[in-house]
Amino acid sequence: MLKTVLKSSVFALALLGLAACSSTETQPGEEPFAVPEPEAGNGGVETSGLGQSQGLSQSELAEQQARAEQEARDAEMATLREVRTFYFEFDQSIVPPDSHMPLKAHAAFLSANPASQIVLNGYADERGTKEYNLALGERRAKAIERFLVVNGAGTSQIEVVSFGEEFPVDYGHNEEAWSKNRRVVLEYK
Amino acid sequence: MLTYRGLLTWTAVLLMTAGLARADLVIEITQGTRSAIPIAVVPFANETGAGLSEDVASIIGENLLRTGDLKPLARDNMLSLPSDGEQVIFRDWSVLGQRYLLVGAVSRSVGIYRVRYELFDVQSRQRVLGKEIAGTESQLRDIAHSISDLVYESLTGIPGVFGTRIAYVTLQDRKNKPRYVLEVADADGRRSQVIFRSPQPIISPAWSPSGTKLAYVSFEGGRPAIYVQDVESGVRQKVASHRGINSAPNWSPDGSQLAMTLSKDGNPEIYVQNLRTNALKRITNHWSIDTEPSWSPDGAELVFTSDRGGSPQIYRVKASGGTPERLTFEGKYNARPRYSLNGEELYFVHQQGGSFHLAQMNLQNRIPRILTKTGMDEAPSVAPNGSMIIYATQRDGQGILSVIGVNSGSRYFLPALDGDVREPAWSPYIRR
Repeated sequence: MLKTVLKSSVFALALLGLAACSSTETQPGEEPFAVPEPEAGNGGVETSGLGQSQGLSQSELAEQQARAEQEARDAEMATLREVRTFYFEFDQSIVPPDSHMPLKAHAAFLSANPASQIVLNGYADERGTKEYNLALGERRAKAIERFLVVNGAGTSQIEVVSFGEEFPVDYGHNEEAWSKNRRVVLEYK
Repeated sequence: MLTYRGLLTWTAVLLMTAGLARADLVIEITQGTRSAIPIAVVPFANETGAGLSEDVASIIGENLLRTGDLKPLARDNMLSLPSDGEQVIFRDWSVLGQRYLLVGAVSRSVGIYRVRYELFDVQSRQRVLGKEIAGTESQLRDIAHSISDLVYESLTGIPGVFGTRIAYVTLQDRKNKPRYVLEVADADGRRSQVIFRSPQPIISPAWSPSGTKLAYVSFEGGRPAIYVQDVESGVRQKVASHRGINSAPNWSPDGSQLAMTLSKDGNPEIYVQNLRTNALKRITNHWSIDTEPSWSPDGAELVFTSDRGGSPQIYRVKASGGTPERLTFEGKYNARPRYSLNGEELYFVHQQGGSFHLAQMNLQNRIPRILTKTGMDEAPSVAPNGSMIIYATQRDGQGILSVIGVNSGSRYFLPALDGDVREPAWSPYIRR
């Protein structure tokens, strides 16, 4: 009797554990899709001034408002596009969730500016063999390329180059250094 | 100079004379073997009447010491310095526990140097070898290497590799203005020569079977491409520069084809390029990473690294193509395979815990065995006599080369005097 109770409670716990696991697994992937609040000082500035101005029609006001919002969005996108380095786990080439927003901003820019061209430089940490790491660097850069293309960039706008484990950012021989070196760097030509 | 502790462990740092090319490597022997044969290499008499640029006996002694199979006697312990058989008092050498004795002399006539040498079995008092080799003064090192080869082979039955060369890449000033230099040196790290230098990476040098050419990957222009360069003339040719990765060149045993990794069709695949017609044949076809091809000694098969099973493992495929067969199952990371001389074993990089070691696996029983004690090991390259492997590792955060005796268990390091050294490739016997 006690045994079955124990068993079922263990089972329940296991279920809870599973639920916890699955929720933590999916959440980081979804989180970045939530649009972050615009930075203070960027967005709100213009609109507060406009509220006091008189003699503007409703439509003019709305237009001003829309323009201000657009500017705020542009500023936000520009800020996101300043993120040009994307980090990976050991022997992994999954586009990290926290780079989704910046990459979408780059993709939107490339889509709006078809003449723009970028190079994606892929790198690996020093562990393992040079040739496998060269391939891994390329796979990482290609994962970023795919993400950009899915989000609107043109394939002809993107070039992929891998340097493998060469040119590390950090010459240390520990996880702290390695985590900085497993990266893809996006460069506008 | 020699300390004896359980396993014979000695540290003989043989600092090379300055004034030579600065990228020469320095040899540090860290471990010999218990079973090493004692041999006395007596300083060769100088009968030239002038100073000599090379100490022939010292070169021979250092060569033999590095193999781990022979244990040269320190000069300070010698009771006499005979230079020919007539002068030898065998009892003295017997008392010193020596099994073999090498004596010799260098003479000169009209610019030609003659090196005479004799090898004796101390116990039987028999002469094992006796010969004279002639050459110019600049060939004294080559002569010393030839004598080392003959002595080593007559005592162990294994051909020596003292006259062979190693290619490697040094990286200087890596943090500020990196300079990659592809170099070729004697197997002892001396007489290094620059083959190619670039501010962009150079990786994966591979000797042609004739020992006259090197294939390598250079990132000059910001993209990897495969080049083949004639070592003596310096003439080079770009052989592969497709979109994406062009890398991991490896020569077929007959020298007519180059196996390589190309990602021109989307992801890294193994190809074979005919070097006369430049025709390409695709060997693998899989969405995963396929790279680091290496030919079997009979040219019938290729082994390579693939992560098609979820982690990098070693696979084998017919050189004509077909379905690859997975060879390694132990551990999460097995890569960069190279065949042993007889084709029965594989040497490769194996991850254990957080460390990367060289491992050896017999292709029949498929049981891997870890060979190295260092921790960031890669790029194994087998000596042409099959008895030693050179590989890249790290010490105090610096890239150095290391050599291990496959059977003797001996070890030595070849650090660069300056900067990192990596990507070693041991030459075949060189047909000059």
